[in-house]
Amino acid sequence: MTIDELTGKTGEWLRGVGPMSDVVISSRIRLARNLADRPFLPTASATERTEIYRCLADTITSTSAGSDALLVDIEQTDTLDREVLVERHLVSRQHANSDGSRGVTISPNETRALMINEEDHLRIQALRSGLELDALWAEVNGVDDTLAEHLAFAFDRKFGYLTACPTNVGTGIRVSVMLHLPALKLTKEIERVARAARDMHLAVRGMHGEGTDAVGDLYQLSNQTTLGKTEEEIIGVFSETIVPKIVEYERTARDSLVEHSPYQLDDKIWRAYGVLVNARRISSEETQSLLSPIRMAIHMERFTSMSVAALNELLLHTQPAHLQKLHGKTLEGEQRDIVRAEYLRSRLAL
Amino acid sequence: MSLVCQRCQQSKATVHITDTLPDKRELHLCEDCAEKEGVIIKQHHQSTNEILQQLIKHKTGLGASDDLACPNCGMTFREFQLKGQLGCSHDYEAFKKVLDQLIERAHEGATHHVGKVPAKADETVRRQAGLLRLRRELQEAIEQENYEHAARVRDQIQALESV
Repeated sequence: MTIDELTGKTGEWLRGVGPMSDVVISSRIRLARNLADRPFLPTASATERTEIYRCLADTITSTSAGSDALLVDIEQTDTLDREVLVERHLVSRQHANSDGSRGVTISPNETRALMINEEDHLRIQALRSGLELDALWAEVNGVDDTLAEHLAFAFDRKFGYLTACPTNVGTGIRVSVMLHLPALKLTKEIERVARAARDMHLAVRGMHGEGTDAVGDLYQLSNQTTLGKTEEEIIGVFSETIVPKIVEYERTARDSLVEHSPYQLDDKIWRAYGVLVNARRISSEETQSLLSPIRMAIHMERFTSMSVAALNELLLHTQPAHLQKLHGKTLEGEQRDIVRAEYLRSRLAL
Repeated sequence: MSLVCQRCQQSKATVHITDTLPDKRELHLCEDCAEKEGVIIKQHHQSTNEILQQLIKHKTGLGASDDLACPNCGMTFREFQLKGQLGCSHDYEAFKKVLDQLIERAHEGATHHVGKVPAKADETVRRQAGLLRLRRELQEAIEQENYEHAARVRDQIQALESV
């Protein structure tokens, strides 16, 4: 498996299946871990950093944690391929753009990505389509156990797993759920989500992380605290309390749109389709925004000529790095917008 | 009190620095200017880091903990304040008097881990301290070209690693 081979496919997490997948695009769990006998990265020398990278990469690829995985040495990877990994949510932007020895191991179906030398020595991540937190926890917990048979992770009786940033200390767990909330946005009820999240001490942000707008009505919900609760308790807040509640809000808002303003709703959907299928140049941001009402319409069975999986493929393949990889050459911004529009027309014509 | 950035004179100053050497001076900057000055590295990826930064500023007037430094990795509390990241696992002990409160604030009042414990925790905790110390000793010995000592330390490290 290579990055080139990945590019043409969509990852498992974009299959558009799984519980509550009409609203929950994907879920992710990651664990932050550091080797007990090594300095954290801010004070590690270049040599130490390389040793940490080798040690973790060797252990992962020689155990069930990643014996079938693709190991990507990010330092040796060109900018476009790094960007492909970011767009596929396999590595963080910070990991792609920073310096020094670092990498990621990616499982064949892309549900598991272990980042080496990101902020911590190791970030064990698993991601899937829909709300699948219990399965994700079983997976990352198992990987953690496997690696801990061979490696000693920094752990303290009082503070638990020790992390470079004290905001991750304790469990080192970050649970994130990506939600598609177009109806709550349209009915101007999105504040209810923000309030519900705040009450549970969770963070809500745009798809591309903190400070970003929710392009395409995609919101990421994640826990802020990692200490003083068990992993199961932290996960339980998502799977049993807050996510079902937000999903219910969104479904109610969708029903209400159908009942009270069906023409407005269909107008929104078909205008979006009209632009996507006719545009001669279009940005990736506009593409994401316009695909949002169509995604909702597919789930509401008001738009039947496309599957969610096909839409997810469009969403991924129209992002800058994927577009260039699929086109086979580097493109400047303006050219990209033209190629993107051509691609959309070829894929969307009824 | 809301201050305007002393550099750009436009944005709100959110980074406040008190230098004590060579002369005492105060500097109030916005985040962008502070980043340009190299005073901070903006955390674009994690709001929790920003929360932490805010907590640090509230809790400890900068300067109050300037003297704290980790004997193991050498990181000072001031460097931690600027980076938002610790230098090694021993910093949790070295910066204890301020860090304990910060952690409690950042984690809704929680002070103790109650989650997963690695199967080999006790051994881990024991070996951790020893190996960290020996690795530094090895580095120093090599820098001082004391190869005999370096070889001894290397053997000790290997012995501990093979446990």
